Amino acid sequence: MKADCGTLRLLAALVCLYLFPLTTSEARSQQAIVPPQNLRVLDAPSDAGGGLIVLWSEADYDAPDVRYQILVGEGAEKRMVAEFPANSHYVRDVKWPWWARVDRPDVHQFNLKSGKGLELKNGTSYTVTLAVVKGTERVEAPPLRAIPGPNWVNWNQMNNLLLVLLFGAVVLGSIRTAKQRDIFLRRIPGLDAVDEAIGRATELGKPILYLTGAGDMSEPATIAAAVILGRVAKRVAAYETDLLVPHRDPIVMAVCQEITKQSYLEAGKPDVFKEDSNFFITTDQFSYTAAVDGIMLRRKPAANFFMGSYFAEALLLTETGASTGAIQIAGTDSDHQMPFFVTTCDYTLIGEELYAASAYLSREPIQVGTLRGQDLGKGFILVVLALGTILATVGVLFDTDWPRIMLDLFKDLK
Amino acid sequence: MIFLRRQLPLLITFVTGVLFAAQYYVPHPRSEFMLTEVTKWLQIIGGFALVLGVTSLFHIHAVKIRRKEPGWGYSLVLYAGILGTIAAGFSYSFAAGQWVNGKETINGIMTAFGWVYLNMMVPLQGSMFALLAFFIASAAYRSFRARSREAALLLIAAVIVMMGRVPLGEMLLPVSGDVTQWILNVLNAAVRRAILIGISLGAIALSLKIIFGIERAYLGGGKE
Repeated sequence: MKADCGTLRLLAALVCLYLFPLTTSEARSQQAIVPPQNLRVLDAPSDAGGGLIVLWSEADYDAPDVRYQILVGEGAEKRMVAEFPANSHYVRDVKWPWWARVDRPDVHQFNLKSGKGLELKNGTSYTVTLAVVKGTERVEAPPLRAIPGPNWVNWNQMNNLLLVLLFGAVVLGSIRTAKQRDIFLRRIPGLDAVDEAIGRATELGKPILYLTGAGDMSEPATIAAAVILGRVAKRVAAYETDLLVPHRDPIVMAVCQEITKQSYLEAGKPDVFKEDSNFFITTDQFSYTAAVDGIMLRRKPAANFFMGSYFAEALLLTETGASTGAIQIAGTDSDHQMPFFVTTCDYTLIGEELYAASAYLSREPIQVGTLRGQDLGKGFILVVLALGTILATVGVLFDTDWPRIMLDLFKDLK
Repeated sequence: MIFLRRQLPLLITFVTGVLFAAQYYVPHPRSEFMLTEVTKWLQIIGGFALVLGVTSLFHIHAVKIRRKEPGWGYSLVLYAGILGTIAAGFSYSFAAGQWVNGKETINGIMTAFGWVYLNMMVPLQGSMFALLAFFIASAAYRSFRARSREAALLLIAAVIVMMGRVPLGEMLLPVSGDVTQWILNVLNAAVRRAILIGISLGAIALSLKIIFGIERAYLGGGKE
């Protein structure tokens, strides 16, 4: 009999436990509805304007069968712009980092933006109301007025700024260190081969072909290619070998002409410099490719350098170069073309090695220090990746929100 | 003179570099307006620079023709192509009854300029792009010969991915689809992201060096 009693109690307890969430939910939905409390309408922060945010406190009656309605306008012009279940749209649901949140996570938040029949103009005052609907019952909060306007700072991206400043400080610190002591540089075979390629061209009496890629002067890869051209041209000048630099962009051509000229001057061979070693072909992708392929087949350069960013023309250029038997050295940050370069070139500078080339060839402490800064940056990213993985896992496993404090710092937010 | 050649460009680089780096964090429409305006300036400068480029092109090929260098016939073809296209662009369309003015069609009637583009430029570009298929085949043949351990690994991975990407391959080897997805989503994506992280850090470091005047080679070398 005692055993039966125990079983019954256990069963009753389990039934209570099972029903508890239902009864809570039911109890919530059975609450009488009152106008939403603590309603606020503010200009949306960190935007270019045309946005408002509506905030109000969580209510006892918040349940899936109760609905909130957002209304914009006054009198006859008042119209509903959004309707959603009362247990949704919280501050915690908005994809803003914790430092940009406008209230506690359990407060309701709705972002009003221009679009879908609603136009919010900067500097114009708008009346916004919030209504709560449950079955046939409907109550409205007193309307509020707000003016959308543009902001001068995007607080969501402050983590990005902080990381850039931190990385900048690390790079500048590393340059300072490099001035005081030697820093080890690992071997980059592709750059060691530069001398070999130039020497071979000199022996064969053939020219050297150097391409700066498809980008314009605003791309870091093109700037890196132009800087490496300066180092290569200096050695080419010393050997008095012919240099051919066909271009796709006239501005890049003008810059490279100056760089080449300076390199010949520094090498003490200004008389060997040819004004037309840098020349323009066309801005059209395949016309340029056809012209460079023609140069490769007619002039048969002994060494081909492919530096900068490339697209579909990469394989057309390198495969033609390989067929002529030239030594080919490529360096690119175009990750989609890297397999083609690796396949068809003798040496390939992969991604960051393109940016490291200038430092490697010059061995100047300032340049080498930058590389150390980059390595420290990579180490930092590795630690963040490991830590972020652990924290995200902990957050999911224990259904907790505190890992976001760390994770938000490293998110790319707009 | 040194100020105009060195300090002034460095000063302009520093001010504009800092200004446009900060622009990324300013959502105000004025910031966007500034970026749009400067982009227009760049386009205008690019237009002037094109004159420089075309002058270089004409000069190089004129020299080749004058000296009768090997392949000077190609330079003649280039001259004929450029001048012919320019003439077509500025010609009068009798069919449409007005000047072509660089338009490919006028009231639905194709102009001489449009004919040159559609019947010469487009097929030539298409032919160059089509060559890529043959070049991929020859490059793949060369790299997939299993001469080393790495090449063998590349060959195996490539065969699995090729099998997994076509219906026939997946029918012959059903597991190839899942293995392909794993290779692409895990191995390939991980390596690609690692490369992209390195590229991003390298690009930021180079930008910082240029903004702060540490890297000056793009001005024409020299250290003064």
